[in-house]
Amino acid sequence: MASEKLILDFPKNVVTKPIVYHVVKDFDLEFNILRAEITPNLEGRMLLEIRGKKDKIEECKNFLKKEGVQTREATQEIILDKELCVNCGACVSLCFSHALAINKDTYEIEFDKDKCVLCGICLNGCPVNALKSKI
Amino acid sequence: MPKTIEEINEKIKNGNVVVLTAEEIIDYVQENGIKKTAKEVDVVTTATFGPMCSSGAFINFGHSDPPIKMAKVWLNDVPAYTGIAAVDSYIGATELSESEGMNYGGAHVIEDLISGKNIRLRSTAYGTDCYPRKEINTYINKQTINQAYLFNPRNVYQNYSVATNSSGKIIYTYMGKLLPHFGNATYSCAGQLNPLINDPYYRTIGVGTKIFLGGGVGFVAWQGTQHNPEVERLPNGVPLGGAGTLALIGDLKNMNTKFIKAAIFTGYGVTMFMGVGIPIPVIDEEMVEYLKVKDEDIYVSISDYSVQRRNKPTFGKVNYRQLREGKITINKREVPTGSISSYQKAREIAILLKKWIKDNNFLLTSPVSQLPASGSTKPLNIVNEEEI
Repeated sequence: MASEKLILDFPKNVVTKPIVYHVVKDFDLEFNILRAEITPNLEGRMLLEIRGKKDKIEECKNFLKKEGVQTREATQEIILDKELCVNCGACVSLCFSHALAINKDTYEIEFDKDKCVLCGICLNGCPVNALKSKI
Repeated sequence: MPKTIEEINEKIKNGNVVVLTAEEIIDYVQENGIKKTAKEVDVVTTATFGPMCSSGAFINFGHSDPPIKMAKVWLNDVPAYTGIAAVDSYIGATELSESEGMNYGGAHVIEDLISGKNIRLRSTAYGTDCYPRKEINTYINKQTINQAYLFNPRNVYQNYSVATNSSGKIIYTYMGKLLPHFGNATYSCAGQLNPLINDPYYRTIGVGTKIFLGGGVGFVAWQGTQHNPEVERLPNGVPLGGAGTLALIGDLKNMNTKFIKAAIFTGYGVTMFMGVGIPIPVIDEEMVEYLKVKDEDIYVSISDYSVQRRNKPTFGKVNYRQLREGKITINKREVPTGSISSYQKAREIAILLKKWIKDNNFLLTSPVSQLPASGSTKPLNIVNEEEI
C-alpha cells in the first residue's frame, strides 16, 4: 500500500465531471479529501490523500492528466521562521485548518503542525517570507 | 486643571511622570473615572506597525573625484530618484529592482542600509563642466554616506477599511491575498493602539510632534498625503475609514530593523512595515474621553476589493473586537479575518516608548502648527484641458 498527498487543479470545464468517482472505481484507490474548493463553472482545487497500489496511483495520475486535471504533490512540510515573522497575521485568515493562529494574549503567530494539511495556500501570503515549504 | 506640555516634561525629568499605553488606559479609566485619570495620568503611548507604501528615504552620497551630477541612480539595481542636486536622491519603498522584480525593492534597500550592509551604487550622467564624470560604479553603506533620512509622505492612517473578495478567483492586493467567494477578510489598523484614533481631532499631534520612528526618533513633518479629516465619524470621533494621515521624518541611521521591515505582497509589490509610536499628553479631561477608546468602539466598513474601481461596494460595518476574534459575518456568511499589520509589534512599540519616557530619554513636544481639521481627498478626473 502506498499513499500520496496530491493537489488537484481543475480547470473550469472539468469541474463538473465526476473525477473522484473514477479514482475510486477504476483504480481501486482509497481517498480522503482534505480540502476542496470547487464551484461549478469556476476553476477548483482539491487536496486529496490517496492510498492504494503504487502502480494504480501512477495510472490514476495519468488518467487525471488526460482529463485535464493538473496534479502536483503536496508540500511535505511547512515551516514558520519565527526570526523573520513580524506577527502581522496575513497568513491567519488564509489557513482554513487553523494551523496558523494568533495567540489572543501575546498576539504572536502560532503554528500547529499537526493541524496543517499542507495545502500551501499560506506560502505566498506571507509578506516577509517567513513561511517556507520543505519538499 | 489642564496640564501643559512643560509641566509634563518637568515630571519626566523629575522621574515622577505617570505613563500608560493606549491599552492600559482603557481599564484605568474604567476603574478610576475620567476626572481622576486626567489628574493622575500624564502621557499615553500609542503605536502602529503596518505596511505603509508611502515611505522612502533621502540620501546624500557625497561627491566623487572627479565629481558627477547624477542623472540616473540605481541602488542594488533599484532605481532611485535623482532629479534634485548632484548627489542627492530619494529611494522609494515600492520601487522594484530592475533585475529581481518583485523579489527586491526600495524597502529592501532601506532595510539593508539600516542593518549596515553594503549597497551597490550605480549612476549615469550627461556630464557638465562642473561635474565631468559620466558614470560611477561603487559601494556605499550607512557609514560612508552623508545624510540618510526617512521622509514618508503618508503614514499612520487613522483607520482603514476591511478588504474582502466577492469574485470567483483569488486576488492579490496591498491588503494581502484575498480568497474567492468571501474566503477571508483582511484589515490593517492597530485599533485601540492607533495614534490618530486616540487623538481623533488632532488636538495634540501636529507638525513638529516628536515620535518613535522605526526604532529611532522622528517627527511629524506635515499632514500626510490624502489627509482626509472630513470622513463620517462616530460620536467618539472615530472615523469609519481612512481619515487623517501623517507625513513623517527621521534619521535612518539611528533606526533598527526590528521596527522597520521590507515586505512583499505577492502580485502587488514591495512595501514597508513601519513601526511608529506617538505619545499623547493627557492635557485635560476631554483628552481622556478620546484615549479610553477600545476596539469595540472602533468601527470600519468592509470593502469588496474584487471591484476594480475607485469606489468599491461595501458590506456594512464591523468593529475591531470582532475582527480580532478571527471571524466576521458578511452576507450571512462566516468569514475568517486576518490583520496585515502587527498588533504584537504595535504593543511592543507602545511599551518601549513608555519606557523611554519614564527613563527620561524622551521629552514631549507641543505641535508647531495644527493639522488641518477640514478638507477631503480629491479624485483624479480624466478630462480635456478645456474641461478642467
